[in-house]
Amino acid sequence: MREKVAFIILGFATLLVVLPIILTIFYIVRNGIGSVTWEFITQPPRNGMKEGGILPAIIGTIVLIIGTMFFSLPLGILSAVYLVEYAKDNTFTRLIKLSVVNLSGVPSIVYGLFGFTLFVGFLRFGTSILAGSLTLAIMSLPVIITATKEALESVPYSFREISLSLGATKWQTVRYCVLPYAVPGILTGTVLSLSRAAGETAPILFTVAAFYLPRLPHSVFDQVMALPYHLYVISIHVPNMPTELKFATGFVLIVLVFLMNLVSIILRAHFRKKKLW
Amino acid sequence: MVEETIIKTVNLNCYYGSLEVLKNLNLEIYKNEILGIIGPANSGKTTFLRALNRLNNLNPAYRQQGDIFFEGHNANDMTDNLLRKKIGLIFAMPQVLPVSIYNNIAYGPKVHGITDRSTVSEIVENALKKAYLWDEVKDRLNMPAPRLSGGQQQRLCIARTLAVEPDVILYDEPCSGLDPISTAKVEDAMQQLKEKYTQILVTNNTKQAARVSQRCGFFLMGELVEISETTALFTYPKDKRTDDYVTGRFG
Repeated sequence: MREKVAFIILGFATLLVVLPIILTIFYIVRNGIGSVTWEFITQPPRNGMKEGGILPAIIGTIVLIIGTMFFSLPLGILSAVYLVEYAKDNTFTRLIKLSVVNLSGVPSIVYGLFGFTLFVGFLRFGTSILAGSLTLAIMSLPVIITATKEALESVPYSFREISLSLGATKWQTVRYCVLPYAVPGILTGTVLSLSRAAGETAPILFTVAAFYLPRLPHSVFDQVMALPYHLYVISIHVPNMPTELKFATGFVLIVLVFLMNLVSIILRAHFRKKKLW
Repeated sequence: MVEETIIKTVNLNCYYGSLEVLKNLNLEIYKNEILGIIGPANSGKTTFLRALNRLNNLNPAYRQQGDIFFEGHNANDMTDNLLRKKIGLIFAMPQVLPVSIYNNIAYGPKVHGITDRSTVSEIVENALKKAYLWDEVKDRLNMPAPRLSGGQQQRLCIARTLAVEPDVILYDEPCSGLDPISTAKVEDAMQQLKEKYTQILVTNNTKQAARVSQRCGFFLMGELVEISETTALFTYPKDKRTDDYVTGRFG
């Protein structure tokens, strides 16, 4: 009897969590999908963004994801490898690990301000793809480091002992006996943090996002439009904006994030087939 | 009979934090012998093995005093990589990498810079033959190693160690997870390896030490209580504690 009550409470809690998500997605899809035409995703906006498509924003978001990946992936993975495999386990290292975890809880607008001050202002990158990517990269780093750290720690310690006992160097051990088995975990964490970066508005607000820029970027010092910021702009600053276009933009953003997750799921399944322990 | 010493420990003390695990160990190991090490749990047997190939050093709490001489040279003058290549260790539970049988063995030569394919496959074949595993796996070298039985995995581990051409092989209770038939096969492999390698066998199974080793040492609470010819140790132990242990009065 008591078990039944617990079961119902647990099930109800899960339902409460899942239902709003499903409803949100359902609502966006139902209202938006009708306006997502070929023209919508291949044309720049026209007539004060009330007509035409959102191609510059789609391209902008994709460019920003690639830029973020370019900076945060190598840096995050390498520093996680250092923290787990090389750093001595002392108070200082533990302090660093704790700070990294805490950094992932810093509000994204704070990263936006930081990026604006450092990249746009001090380093004179201007409001540009470069500054925006770097800001998003810094925001993604804590999550990537934490995920990579956990993936590395979940590789059985015996693999390292086997390798070392055969006379392999530390680096050979990490390269051949640890990293390959941590790839699925690293991928999951990375994609999660990148899809969060793709949907962020605050960090790009001052560092890269353009209000209205109907052409495609030519260099890393150009501004771009980006989907989340575009969504914000057309929802708040454009009067008489057709509602369907807002939902259509949201729909495209969700599809983009979903595609990224799909790629990671496929890659993970591929690597898991090789997992034998 | 004059024996050639290959490993010698001088006043070796090992600590984990403030806990003294090995006390003042003076021990000589002769070339091509099988030295059995027996003793109850927490007597320092495993620490002794892992001090010889320096795996203890992976634990930051570990400290060591005294000297280990390997082939007449102080082992401290050797790099970890070279020392571990020369002194291989077989773990208690068979531990294979989650790759194919072939790649498990090819890993050692690979990290020591042997890249030529035909050389590597020759090494793999020879190592498997020496570990008595070749006939059982020669048709399925690409099979994932974790699918082998426990006994086969342990012999694969021996083959993997042999592939880096060590001089000494350390066994840390190699048969504790194996059935009697697999145990017999591992022991057979050890007997065959005697001609070329020095072997140290740590075991909880006193009968196994009696069967396999020429000399045998008894560890208790971090001390080497007694070491002598295996037959002598089991029939006329000099120390009362050894007598109690081998006759099964404790442990």
